[in-house]
Amino acid sequence: MKKILFISVLALSIAACGERIKPDDEMAGDTNDTANVDASGGATAGGIYTGGGIGGTALEGGKLVSYEKNAIDDPNNVLHEKVVYFEFDSNSVSDDYVELVKHHGKYLSFNTSASVRLEGHADERGTREYNVALAEKRAQAVKQLMLYEGAGNDQITIISYGEEKPVAFGHDDESMSLNRRVEIVYQ
Amino acid sequence: MIKKIIIGLFCLSFTSVAQAVLKIDITEGFEGALPIAVIPFQWNGAAKVANGDISAIVMSDLARSGKFSPVAEKDLIARPQKLADVHYKTWRIAGMDHIVIGSVTRQADGNYQVEFRLIDILKAKQVLGYSFSATDKTLRGVAHQISDYIFTHITGLPGAFSTRIAYVTLKRDKTSYSARLQVSDTDGYNPQTLLTSDQPIMSPAWSPDGSELAYVSFESGQAEIFTHNILTGVRKSRSKFAGLNGSPAWSPDGKKLVMTLSKDGNPDIYVLNLSDNKLKRITDHWSIDTEAAWLPDGKSIVYTSSRSGKPQLYRQSVSANAKPERLTYEGGYNASASVSADGKSVAYVHGEGNIYRIAVLELATKSSRILTDGPLDESPVYAPNNSMILFASQEKNQAVLAAVSVDGRQKQRLSFTDGEVREPSWAPVRH
Repeated sequence: MKKILFISVLALSIAACGERIKPDDEMAGDTNDTANVDASGGATAGGIYTGGGIGGTALEGGKLVSYEKNAIDDPNNVLHEKVVYFEFDSNSVSDDYVELVKHHGKYLSFNTSASVRLEGHADERGTREYNVALAEKRAQAVKQLMLYEGAGNDQITIISYGEEKPVAFGHDDESMSLNRRVEIVYQ
Repeated sequence: MIKKIIIGLFCLSFTSVAQAVLKIDITEGFEGALPIAVIPFQWNGAAKVANGDISAIVMSDLARSGKFSPVAEKDLIARPQKLADVHYKTWRIAGMDHIVIGSVTRQADGNYQVEFRLIDILKAKQVLGYSFSATDKTLRGVAHQISDYIFTHITGLPGAFSTRIAYVTLKRDKTSYSARLQVSDTDGYNPQTLLTSDQPIMSPAWSPDGSELAYVSFESGQAEIFTHNILTGVRKSRSKFAGLNGSPAWSPDGKKLVMTLSKDGNPDIYVLNLSDNKLKRITDHWSIDTEAAWLPDGKSIVYTSSRSGKPQLYRQSVSANAKPERLTYEGGYNASASVSADGKSVAYVHGEGNIYRIAVLELATKSSRILTDGPLDESPVYAPNNSMILFASQEKNQAVLAAVSVDGRQKQRLSFTDGEVREPSWAPVRH
């Protein structure tokens, strides 16, 4: 079935979303809150356009919001961003990333043939096996948010690498904040 | 994703390629070490074998234990070759408690006859003497055995020099990743590769008889627990559930593996019975439960749990409906327990702020002491005779292995010539 459906979502809260590329480098983090599924900073209003071929241009933080099949490869689309960063020893999706994760969840719900692997990572502090468990809980939190947006359970797989695969090799705060992440990898 | 793995057959030969040798530097000594003189052994009918300099190996072993301070070869006041040549009074005046003499003699069949004698200077007599037959390939092993005899005779503790260590090495940059599971002698010599992979290898753990390693490999694109016989190279997949398959540890009787699985939702601890693959769930909590270590009675475990909000150590029986008992309260991060062979103490990672150090907890008194300086120390493991703790450390941006005596007074660095080295595991004492 060929789905000719163009959907765009306009986020009302631009401020909450514009800064998300920069990971939060705050060191303190509490674990007593579980996955934050309440999109406090980013209420969304949706507009559905069915006119084939007419490109709607909803913008969010200067980025296009649409869920066409190739949207994930468009550098101007919000979906082009595929990394969610976390605070130390925390597995809560922070307010800065809730909208991003929801967009990917919606994309999966509209593109049922698409699938993702969520790769959980941690920084080098703490023990290796604990970090594998922590990074899996991070990926689980991302998955949970995606499921709320209508993504199918069988569209999402999880792997946790803990601290085994850093992207930044320094031992400074900035390197470590870049390594505390979940990567959304389309298959 | 292309995955490359190479499974090595472990062969007991040090003529095989030894690419990267561990080098051990003693970084902090301590004053209470016992003085001992190891006289260079006499070689008869053959030149000294470069890799099998017995007296030098014994000297290095004894120094590394932290309990001895061998006299440097250049400072020896005499070099007796036979018992009759030993002048007890001279050695007594020099403040020496023990001396070791010996010889290596080439036999007609090409093998060697190795003899050593341990002489007690105060008693003015030989207190230990053995003769061994050795080949080129087994000279180092004989040297470690001699170290064990001397160590045990003088300290009363079992020696651990002739056991092995396993560890994971890693070479990586932006584009490549190569992990190896390696096994070497306890002095880092004779390193042999059991597994090479372009995906992570984690958490090697020895079976109680020292013939097998359990570990986690990501080679199939997910975490999977294997057991691997180091002599035959035969390995078996033991756990490949969806989600986590981590932290394997053999029960003291070798019949079970405790492990962390998340197949039921959260990271929890399970025990796998190896003969019939039956799984028993030990913990059931929404937080992280992981890094289980057995107590020597095989009836309970110590593990890390974040059920209080931060990782802390807990002890729990593996029987049904057992309640966890919290062991640590100081500091916001206490994890990765290693239980001593006598079951009395637990080495673990203690994190405070951004500093992660190795600490020891006495189970009877619940008192703990910090042994190392950090800042990123992890993966502590007791030597099988409880005399020291091996751990992974970060030094000048280089991942190294280090050892600390259980009193914290003696520290050594095991530097690796190439790449990062981590996650040490010390094989049990051979029986």
